[in-house]
Amino acid sequence: MGMEGIGASVVRKEDKRFITGKGRYVDDIKMVGMTYAHFIRSPHAHAKVKSIDSSAAEAMPGVVAVLTGKQIVDDKVGNLICGWAITSKDGSPMKMGAWPAMAPETVRFVGQAVAVVIADSKNLARDAAEAVVVEYEELPAVADMPSALKPGAPQLHPEAPGNVVYDWHIGDEAAVGAAFSKAAHVVSLELTNNRLAPNAMEPRAAIADYDAAEEHFTLYTTSQNPHVARLVLSAFYNIAPEHKLRVIAPDVGGGFGSKIFIYPEEMVALWASKKVGRPVKWTGDRTEAFLTDAHGRDHISKAEMAFDADHKMLGLRVKTHANFGAYMSLFSSSVPTYLYATLLSGQYNIPAIYAEVMGVYTNTTPVDAYRGAGRPEASYLLERLVETAARQFKMDPAELRRKNFITQFPHQTPVIMAYDTGDFNASLDAAMKAIDYAGFPARKAAAKAQGKLRGIGLSCYIEACGIAPSKAVGSLGAGVGLWESAEIRVNPVGTIEVLTGSHSHGQGHETTFCQLIAERLGVPISQVSIVHGDTDKVQFGMGTYGSRSAAVGLTAILKAMEKVEAKAKKIAAHALEASEGDIVIENGEFKVTGTDKSIALPMVALAAYTAHNLPDGMEPGLKESAFYDPTNFTFPAGTYICELEVDEATGKTSFVNFVAADDFGRLINPMIVEGQVHGGLVQGIGQALLEHAIYDSNGQPVTASFMDYAMPRADDVPSFKLSHTTTLCPGNPLGVKGCGEAGAIGASAAVINAITDAIGNNKLEMPATPDRVWHAIHG
Amino acid sequence: MYETTYHRASSVDEAAALFSKGSDAKFLAGGHTLIPVMKQRLASPSDVIDIGKIKDLIGVQLSGDTLVIKAATTYYDIMTNADVKKAVPAIAHLTSVLGDPAVRARGTIGGSIANNDPAADFPAALISLGATVKTNKRSIAAEDFFKGLFTTALEDGEIITEVSFPVPEKAGYAKMRHPASRFALTGVFVTKTKGGDVRVAATGASQSGVMRVSAIEAALKSNWSASALDGVSVSASGLLSDIHGSADYRANLVKVMAQRAVQAAG
Amino acid sequence: MSTVKLTVNGKAVSAEVEDRTLLVHLLRDHLNLTGTHVGCDTSQCGACVVHIDGRAVKSCTVLAGQAAGANVTTIEGIARGDELHPMQAAFRDNHGLQCGYCTPGMIMSAIDIVHRHGGELDEATVREELEGNICRCTGYHNIVKAVLDAAGRMKVAQAAE
Repeated sequence: MGMEGIGASVVRKEDKRFITGKGRYVDDIKMVGMTYAHFIRSPHAHAKVKSIDSSAAEAMPGVVAVLTGKQIVDDKVGNLICGWAITSKDGSPMKMGAWPAMAPETVRFVGQAVAVVIADSKNLARDAAEAVVVEYEELPAVADMPSALKPGAPQLHPEAPGNVVYDWHIGDEAAVGAAFSKAAHVVSLELTNNRLAPNAMEPRAAIADYDAAEEHFTLYTTSQNPHVARLVLSAFYNIAPEHKLRVIAPDVGGGFGSKIFIYPEEMVALWASKKVGRPVKWTGDRTEAFLTDAHGRDHISKAEMAFDADHKMLGLRVKTHANFGAYMSLFSSSVPTYLYATLLSGQYNIPAIYAEVMGVYTNTTPVDAYRGAGRPEASYLLERLVETAARQFKMDPAELRRKNFITQFPHQTPVIMAYDTGDFNASLDAAMKAIDYAGFPARKAAAKAQGKLRGIGLSCYIEACGIAPSKAVGSLGAGVGLWESAEIRVNPVGTIEVLTGSHSHGQGHETTFCQLIAERLGVPISQVSIVHGDTDKVQFGMGTYGSRSAAVGLTAILKAMEKVEAKAKKIAAHALEASEGDIVIENGEFKVTGTDKSIALPMVALAAYTAHNLPDGMEPGLKESAFYDPTNFTFPAGTYICELEVDEATGKTSFVNFVAADDFGRLINPMIVEGQVHGGLVQGIGQALLEHAIYDSNGQPVTASFMDYAMPRADDVPSFKLSHTTTLCPGNPLGVKGCGEAGAIGASAAVINAITDAIGNNKLEMPATPDRVWHAIHG
Repeated sequence: MYETTYHRASSVDEAAALFSKGSDAKFLAGGHTLIPVMKQRLASPSDVIDIGKIKDLIGVQLSGDTLVIKAATTYYDIMTNADVKKAVPAIAHLTSVLGDPAVRARGTIGGSIANNDPAADFPAALISLGATVKTNKRSIAAEDFFKGLFTTALEDGEIITEVSFPVPEKAGYAKMRHPASRFALTGVFVTKTKGGDVRVAATGASQSGVMRVSAIEAALKSNWSASALDGVSVSASGLLSDIHGSADYRANLVKVMAQRAVQAAG
Repeated sequence: MSTVKLTVNGKAVSAEVEDRTLLVHLLRDHLNLTGTHVGCDTSQCGACVVHIDGRAVKSCTVLAGQAAGANVTTIEGIARGDELHPMQAAFRDNHGLQCGYCTPGMIMSAIDIVHRHGGELDEATVREELEGNICRCTGYHNIVKAVLDAAGRMKVAQAAE
C-alpha cells in the first residue's frame, strides 16, 4: 500500500469545495430566463378533485402558467412505474394503482400534487398558488395497515381489492411446520418497525431546460442515479428519447435511498419547461420533503422461532405487513420481499424459514428504500427475537448467538441467499472485548447502587450488499440489470480521468476511486479525477445505493484498469524493446523487471496518442471501458453492542458506550469507511430512540417538520468505538463488501435490546421515547 | 412569506408611531418568533417594525433586590450577564438551555413573552419569580400578563420595554427538552422568595399554557427539598398529550423537573 | 422593495430586494454566495448559519433589512486566500463532512463555539453547542472531533498572533 493507495486513510479530495462554500448543488444553479415552480398539493389524504380554477392566478403579474394533472395526462406523460414485479402466493401479479405525476381526478395522500404554478420568481409562484382554487370532495381515508385491511375499509385503488398490493411468501412452510412440531422451545415476538422520513439535508430540487431547436432536454436533479433517471424518464414517462435527454446530478446533499427514485416534480419540471419555453426550477422545502420524499420501513410483524432442547434453532416463521403508502414507488415492491425476507436467516444456521409478506396500500406518502432497505427490518426482528429467546432461556445472549452461528462457508440459507464468507465469532469477540462485556454485571450493579438502570444490548447483523447479480435479480422480478460501468481515460500527458456510473452524494468516491488508480499505477491521486453524475459524460451507470459502489462500481473501474494496463504494458514493452511479460508497474513507471530500464506513464500515454511508434496493428489512444456484473451479493456482517443507562424518573436514555465490530472485507479508505459507519449508526439510533413519521387516523401527517419529527442531534448520540475484522469477499477481485448501510442495519436492535435489558421489560416499540420507556418501567 | 414593509425604529416612540400608521403592523426584535410564523404564511403583517436595535430596550440592571432585563436583550446577553448570574442564576441557566446557540444570539426575552408559546421557557420564570412586565403604557404583573395559549394582556401597539424580577432567596429551573423542537416538553421553575413564599410554575405541560403548581408549592413551603415532593402527585387532567408526551407522563415530569429544579436551586 | 446596504465578507454591498427577503436569500440569490444553504423551514437545521457582527445566527430567520449596516461573514469569507481557516482544515482532516450540505453552517457555528468557549471545550460541551445544526451523514462523531481539533489549532493561531 502506498501513501495514497488501497488501505490508506487519504483525506478527501472533494472536501475543499464543500468547506469553502463552493459546492454546486442543484439549487445553486441559475439559468438565463429561469422560471420557478410551486406545486399545489392536496391538503386531504383522500379526495376527488372536483375542479381547479386557475384564472385569478394566471392573471397575476409574473405568472407564466398554471398546469394541472389533467393536462399532464392529456399530454401522455406516463404514470409512475414500479420497477420490480412481485408475484403473490397465488401466482397473481402485484396490484398496481395508477400514479400520474399530478393527480387529475383522485388524490390519495396529503401532499400529492394536483397542479403547478410557473412564475418569474419563487415568491410569485407561491403567492399565485394561493389564488388557485381547487375544489375537493373528501373521501374516507385509511392511514394504518390494520384499518386498511378491515372489511369495508375505504379502498384506494380499484386495481387492488382490499388495499392489498401482494400477498407473497418465501421458504418452505411444511418444513417450518415440522420444525415447530418437534421444538422443545418456541419463542415469539410481535413488533413494529417504525416509519421514517429519510431527511437528506439537501431537499430535492430539479431544473429542467428545453432546447426547442435541438428538441433536447437537460435536467439537473438531486439523484443518486442519473442514468436510471434518464432511462425511466425516456422509456416509461415519454419525456424524450434518451439521446434527447441529458440528466446531470451535480453535488447532491445526501440521499439515503430517497434520491434513487424519479419523482413527479422532475417529470413536471421537464414537461413544463417545454410547455413554457423557459427553464423551470423547483426546489423543495423541508415540509415538501416530509410529504413527498419516499418514506422508509413501516412494518408490523409477528415472528416465532423453534429451538431444540439444546437451544439450537430449528425453524423461523415470520408474518409481516408492509405499508406501501398510497402508490408503489420505483423499487418499493422489492424492499419488504427480496431485500428483507432473504436476510431472515441472519448470522444463524436456521434449517427452515418461512415468511409471508403482505403489501398494503394506505393514504400516506409512498414508502420505498431507505438506508438499509429491508435489511434493517430483518435484522431488527431477528436480533430482538434472539435476545428475547436468551432471556426466556435465562442464557447469556452472546452464548445463544454463538451456539447458532454459521461457521462453515459457503452457506446456503433457506431463503435464497448463499453467504460466501464470514467469521461471525470474530466480530462478536471483538465487540465483546471492546466493551468489556465480562465486566458488565459489575458495572450494572454499581449503576444500580447509584439509582441508575443500566443495560447492555447486542446485535449481530448481516446484510446483502453489492447489489446485484443481474441474472439473479432478473429472475426475481427486477426490471433492470444491476451491473456497473466504468471508463478510464489516460490523457496524452499522463493524467487520468475515471468515468463511473456510481454517484457520490457524500460517500467520497472522488477520493476512494482515485486510490485504486494510485494503487495500480503508483501515481499521486492529484493526477486522477473522477467524473460522475452526468449522462453526457459517462457512458452508462446504475448509480449508488445498496452499498454497491465499491463492490460493483469500483470493480468495474478495476476491470477497465486491467485493460488500460495491458495495453500500456504492450506500448512500454515495445518502447523498451522488452517482452510484455517482463513489464511491471511501479510508482508511475513501467519497468523491465530485473533491469534499470523504464518508461514513465506520461511517455507511454504520449506514445499512445502520437501513435508514431506503436506495436503493429495497435489502435492509438489509451482509453478503456468495462461493464462489471457481480456474480453474487456481498455479505458484510458484524456485531454492535450498546451499553446505556435509563433515568427511571424520566425514562430518558443516555449512552455509556457503543461499540461496532464490522467485517467489510478489504477497506479502501478506513477513514471514509468509519465515517459511513458513524452515520449509519446514528440513523439506526435515531430510528430506535427518536424518529417516527406519524399520521393521524384521517391520514393527516403529524410530523411534517423538524419541529415535530425528532432528528438525531449531536447531543443525542455518543461517540463510537469501531473495529474491523476481515474476511475478504471472494466474489470480487478487490475483496470488498460494502459499508454504507451496516450501521443503520445493526444499530436499532442493539439499542432496544439494551433498554429492555435495563428496564427488565421486553415490551417496547421504536422509537423508545422517554414517554414510552417511562410507561414500560412504571406501567 | 407574504410581502411586507420593513421599518427600523430608533426609539420606542417612533416604533409606536410607525405601528399606528400600519394597517396590520407587528413588532419584531430578534425575529425568532415572528419570522418563522411569517415564513409559514401564518402571519401576514402589513408592516414589520424592528425594535431590536433601540438602545433603551437593551441591557440588564441590578439595583438592590430588583433585576431588570430590558425587552430586546438577547438570550445570549442574558445568560452571560454577570448581574443575572449573580442575582438570579436560574435565569442564566434557563436562557442557556433555551433554543440553540444561534437562536440565543438573536432571540429576546420580550419576544418570548409577547408570544406566550405554551412551551416557551421564560413565562415559567416570570410567573414563578413574580416578575412585572413594563410596557410603554403601564406595568403588568406576570400573573395578569399571560392569558393562555399565545395570548397576553398586551394591547394593540403596546411595546414591552422591560421585565423586572424581584431577586429571590433561591430559584431553580429544570427542563425536559422536546426532542424535536427543543422547546420545553415540560419545564419547571421554582422560587423561594425573600419573604419566604414559594412559587412554582410549569411550562410545556398544560393545555392552557404556563401554570402554577399548587400541590408542589404547598409541599415545598413546608419543606424546601426535592424529597419533600416524593409523595406529591400531580394531576394529569388538563395537561397536554401528544406524540412526544402523554398527559400522565407530563404530570410525572412536572414533579420530577420540580425536584431537579429544587436541587439546582440548592 | 428596499435597498439594503451591508458588509459581506469585508466588502460593502448593496441590493434592491423585497422587504420580505430573508438574509439567506439575499446572500444566495442576490450576492451569489451559494455556500450558505437552506435545509429546513423552521429555524432548526443550521445549514444557513452565518456570522452577523461576529455572532453565529440562522440567516433563514433574519430579514435582509435587519442585517442592514451589519457585518456579515459567510463560509466564503473565512479562509485567507488559499489558506483555510483552522476550522475548515480540521473538518477536512478529521473527515467531518460527507455530502457537504450542512458543512458551511456547521463550520460557522463551530467557529462561534470556539470563540465563545476558548480552550474550555470538551466533547460534551461541543455536542451540546451543536444542538442547532443537524447533520444526516456523519453521525456527528467526526464533526465533534474536528471542532475539538480546531479549538486547539485556533488557540495556537491566536497565541502566534
